[in-house]
Amino acid sequence: MPTDTVQDAPQGQTLQGQPLQNAVTPERLEKISAAAYRIRHHALNMGEVQGQGYVGQALGAADMLATVYGDQLRFRAEDPHWEARDRFLLSTGHYAIGHYAALAEAGIVPVEELETYGSDDSRLPMSGMSTYTPGMEISGGSLGHGLTIAVGMALGLRYQGSSARVFNFLSDGELDEGSTWEAAMGAHHHQLGNLTAMVDINALQADGKTDTVLRTEPVTEKWESFGWYTQRVDGNDVGALLAAFDNAAAQAAAVGRPSVILCDTKVGRGVPLLEDREKAHFMRIEENEWQICREQLTAGYEGKASA
Amino acid sequence: MSTTTTTATPAKPKLKTSAMIASFADPGQKTSNAPFGHALVKAAQENDKIVGLTADLGKYTDMHIFAKAFPERFFQMGMAEQLLFGAAAGLAESGLVPFASTYSVFAARRAYDFLCLDAAEPNLNVNIVGGLPGLTTGYGPSHQATEDMAIFRGMPNLTIVDPCDSVDIEQAIPQLAASAGPTYLRLLRGNVPTVLDEYGYTFELGKAKVLRGGSDVVFISSGLMTMRALQAAKALAAHNVEVAVVHTPTIKPFDAETVLKEVNTDRLAVTLENHSVVGGLFETVASAVVTAGVGKRVVPIALPDQFLDAGALPTLHDRYGLAVDRIVAKVLAELG
Repeated sequence: MPTDTVQDAPQGQTLQGQPLQNAVTPERLEKISAAAYRIRHHALNMGEVQGQGYVGQALGAADMLATVYGDQLRFRAEDPHWEARDRFLLSTGHYAIGHYAALAEAGIVPVEELETYGSDDSRLPMSGMSTYTPGMEISGGSLGHGLTIAVGMALGLRYQGSSARVFNFLSDGELDEGSTWEAAMGAHHHQLGNLTAMVDINALQADGKTDTVLRTEPVTEKWESFGWYTQRVDGNDVGALLAAFDNAAAQAAAVGRPSVILCDTKVGRGVPLLEDREKAHFMRIEENEWQICREQLTAGYEGKASA
Repeated sequence: MSTTTTTATPAKPKLKTSAMIASFADPGQKTSNAPFGHALVKAAQENDKIVGLTADLGKYTDMHIFAKAFPERFFQMGMAEQLLFGAAAGLAESGLVPFASTYSVFAARRAYDFLCLDAAEPNLNVNIVGGLPGLTTGYGPSHQATEDMAIFRGMPNLTIVDPCDSVDIEQAIPQLAASAGPTYLRLLRGNVPTVLDEYGYTFELGKAKVLRGGSDVVFISSGLMTMRALQAAKALAAHNVEVAVVHTPTIKPFDAETVLKEVNTDRLAVTLENHSVVGGLFETVASAVVTAGVGKRVVPIALPDQFLDAGALPTLHDRYGLAVDRIVAKVLAELG
C-alpha cells in the first residue's frame, strides 16, 4: 500500500545512479540549441512534403523535444527496444512530425526517411503509432490516453525493479480530458517518482485559443494540488528547460512524487513568418513560403549563436 | 344464506431486488466460491508476470482473493476506468500480464476507447474481467451489460469468452494469460454453479463443445445460458423431445466449424444467450450460417432489444425468457 513517505533518490545521483547535472553549461546549451534548430529544420522539410500540417506545433515544441532526447533520455539508437531504456510517450499523436524529427536527431530513424512523412506505406504516419515507427512507444492521438498508459508503465517498470524513467509528452488541450486527471491522481496515489509529464502549453486548440475553448488555468495550482512536483518554465528557453529537467531528475525516485514540467511555448517558434501568422491548429503554408521559413529559421539560429 | 365468508387469496409477496450481485445458482445447486480469484492466484503462482488491478470493485469481482495473496502484484486504480485500462496497457507494455476488473458496463461503455487503442491496436496481453455481464443484476440498465458482446465484437484482436460455470472459469484463466492478445471475460463471481464437470468437458480457448446429443433440437449456447440449456434439455426429455446442447464459450474468434456441423441438420436450431438479441451469440451464429450458405432457420432465445426493468433476478429471467420454464415453453411452441 502506498504511504505518504517519500523515498528520496540517492544524494547527488539520478534514479539510475549517475551523477546529477546541475549546471547549465554553455556546452549543454549549445548542443541542445543546435539539436532544436535541426529538429525545426526537419519539421519544415516534412511539412513541405505534405504542403501543410502540424508544423506550428513542431516548431513550438522543438526545444522540449531537443532537451528530452538530447540531454535526458537513456536509449540505444541501434536497439529501440533496449529493456533498460527510458520511455518517451507521445500522447499528442499529431505532434508526430516533431517527434520523428527528434527520432532522426537521436539516430533512431534515418534522416533520409523523414521525407516519407504522411505518405502511403511510410513508417511515419501523420498521427504517431507504436506499431509503425521504431522508438514510438505508444499510439497516441486519441487525446488524454498517454498519461494513463504512462502510469501503468511506471508501475510495471518499478515492480520489475527497473530504474528506467517514463516521460509523457502531452499538450494543454489534453488537460480538457478527464482521463488526464484520473491518471494524475493515480500517479500521485502510487507515488510514481519515476514518472515525468511534460505539458506543451501553446495555448491553442483545434477550435481556437485554449482560454476560449475550455479554460484550463490555473494550471500550476491544479498539478500542485494533485500532489505533483510542479515547475512552469518558458518552453522555448533551452536554459530554463535544462534547469527544470535537472530539478526533475534530482527529484526522481522509485517511490516519490511524480514530476510535471509545464512549458509555455509559442506556436511557430523560430520562424517569424509563422510566429506572426494567425494561429491555427492546422497551419496552411504556401508553396513559396517554405524556403522563406527555412531561411528565417537559419538566420535566427545563426544570429543567436553568434550573438 | 350461507354465512361462510370468502377471503381473497392473499397476493404472493413480491420478490425483492436484493443484493446487486445476486447469485443465479438454483437452491441446492453445487457451487464453487470465487473461482476467478482462486484461478488467478493459481495462475500467478506459476507465472510471475501476472498482475491484477481493479477500479474500486475488487470485492465485487473476486479480485480481492488475488489482492490478498499477492498484495505487491495488485494495483488499486480507484473508480477511474479510463485509467484502469490505460494503465493495464502500460503494464502490458512493460512486459507484465495484467488482469483488470470492473463491471462489464463500465469496461464496455465507459473505457472502450482506451481498450481499443491502448490494448487492442498494439495487440497487448491485457485481460479485461467484466462483472455482471448480461442480465445478472436487478439494478436496471446502469448495471446490466445487456449489449457488452455487441460492443466488444467489433474490436479487432479482442478474444471474447462467455463462461458457463466455475469449471469454465478455472480452466480459462491460464489460457487467457497464455494467449498473446487482449481478452474479455464475462465474469461470474461469488458462489458460481459447477455444472460442466458432469459432462467430461474441458475448456479450450476458441473451441465449441458438444455436451450432449439429441435428435429433435440443437441448442447452441454460451455463458450461464448453457446451464439453463442443459436443464431445459432434461425437462424437454419428459415431453419426449430429445435435445442436443453445444456450448460455445468463446464468442470471438468463433468456432463456426463445430457449430455449423451441428446446426446444419434437420433439427430445430435454437441459440441461447444472456445478452441482447442484437450483436451477440445469435447474430454470430446467424452470420456463420449465412456465410456458409446454409439455408436454415435459427430461433433466438436472448434478451430483447430494450432497456430492461429493475427487479429480482428470478422475476426478470422469467420476464425476459431466460428461465428454464420459458425455454421449454418456447421450444414446445416452435415444435408445434
